[in-house]
Amino acid sequence: MYNKGKIIPGLIIFVALMLFAVFNNAGKKLEAPKPEKPKDHKECVLPLAEINKTHMKLLNDWRDEVIREGNREQIKVEGKMYERSLQKGCMLCHTSKKKFCDVCHEFASVYPYCWDCHIAPQEPQEEMVQQEAK
Amino acid sequence: MDNSRRKFLKIAGISAVAGVGAPSALNMLLKNDVHAAGGGDAAPAAHGDAGHGGHDAAPTGKRYGLVIDTRIFHANPGMAEKCVKACHTEYNVPDFGNRKDEIKWLWNEPFAYAFPEQSHYKKDHTVHSMQFLVTCNHCDKPPCVRACPTNATFKNEDGIIMMDFHRCIGCRFCMAACPYGSRSFNWRDPRGSKDGIPFIEKVNKEFPTRMRGVVEKCNFCAPLLKQGKPPLCVEATGDTGAMYFGDLNDPHSEVSKVLNERFTIQRKPSLGTKPSVFYII
Repeated sequence: MYNKGKIIPGLIIFVALMLFAVFNNAGKKLEAPKPEKPKDHKECVLPLAEINKTHMKLLNDWRDEVIREGNREQIKVEGKMYERSLQKGCMLCHTSKKKFCDVCHEFASVYPYCWDCHIAPQEPQEEMVQQEAK
Repeated sequence: MDNSRRKFLKIAGISAVAGVGAPSALNMLLKNDVHAAGGGDAAPAAHGDAGHGGHDAAPTGKRYGLVIDTRIFHANPGMAEKCVKACHTEYNVPDFGNRKDEIKWLWNEPFAYAFPEQSHYKKDHTVHSMQFLVTCNHCDKPPCVRACPTNATFKNEDGIIMMDFHRCIGCRFCMAACPYGSRSFNWRDPRGSKDGIPFIEKVNKEFPTRMRGVVEKCNFCAPLLKQGKPPLCVEATGDTGAMYFGDLNDPHSEVSKVLNERFTIQRKPSLGTKPSVFYII
């Protein structure tokens, strides 16, 4: 083998660099994100374990049912009727996008484009600041 | 060897002729069948288009339509603007401040542009000075729906041409297809602002905005219709009788009665799109 003296140390350095991230984080405990849940509600439109995993599919299904099939029937949760809508449904209970949606989405590095068009509710803190300014 | 080559060439030649000839022969046979059975789809449609938009097909299901009495609009200056404002504020329609980028759901057009198929020669002064409220015609045969490659625009069960903004890829085929200019493209981000003035003056939180690169248009207030309310433009005219809205396929609906009693015209009926918006001039 030619240039043995350069290739083998080079390989070792390369592998060490690649594995650095793995060893560096080994044994460290990763905290799961804790989105802030509405205090005065216990139930969501689906059982909690299910909505955690399938809320994105549910929103897509709602969209198709409401816009395409024209089915705008409301959904009953805890005896109250809710519209099948992100902006006019979900966000009535989950009043903060930053403390609810963003917490998990940022952790998982997913950036859905819901809010490019849909209007997020005003963040409680911003509201306070604005009211003070008035 | 010679013999087999000769045979091979013969067979190859015959198969080539058969391969080319058979499909076209079959096609001719099929076409003859269709003619015998009554001419298929194309012929009656062509006959119908020669008339008033070709409304000869048997009505099926609901089909919402609108009758606009332009004389009442002319008698009440400012009412058309009121309708436009009611519509554009509800649906967060941005105003980009220049006509090139204008987003229009409901807007005014002079006679020559609204009804280019009508003669403009020696028309009275009123017609030439009047503005006509125009919007999406929610055609029975919508060319935009045929052009849309992603099915983002479609005809719903009530005959309303809807947009699913999520699916729009901004190709603008529908805009090229629409003969009424009823579709507008967001060249800029509607959430932005120019010189500190936001494009959407006051955002209605009950309806989303759009994003840059999406086409938008009138939706006949489909969300309100489900609640049993009339479209906002119709509501804005109050009880002046300037606009009638209802199911064109229901012979007892208000629009059907008005259409039976009054002389109305449609925009560009000869194109065969079968518009659902009618005008009393």
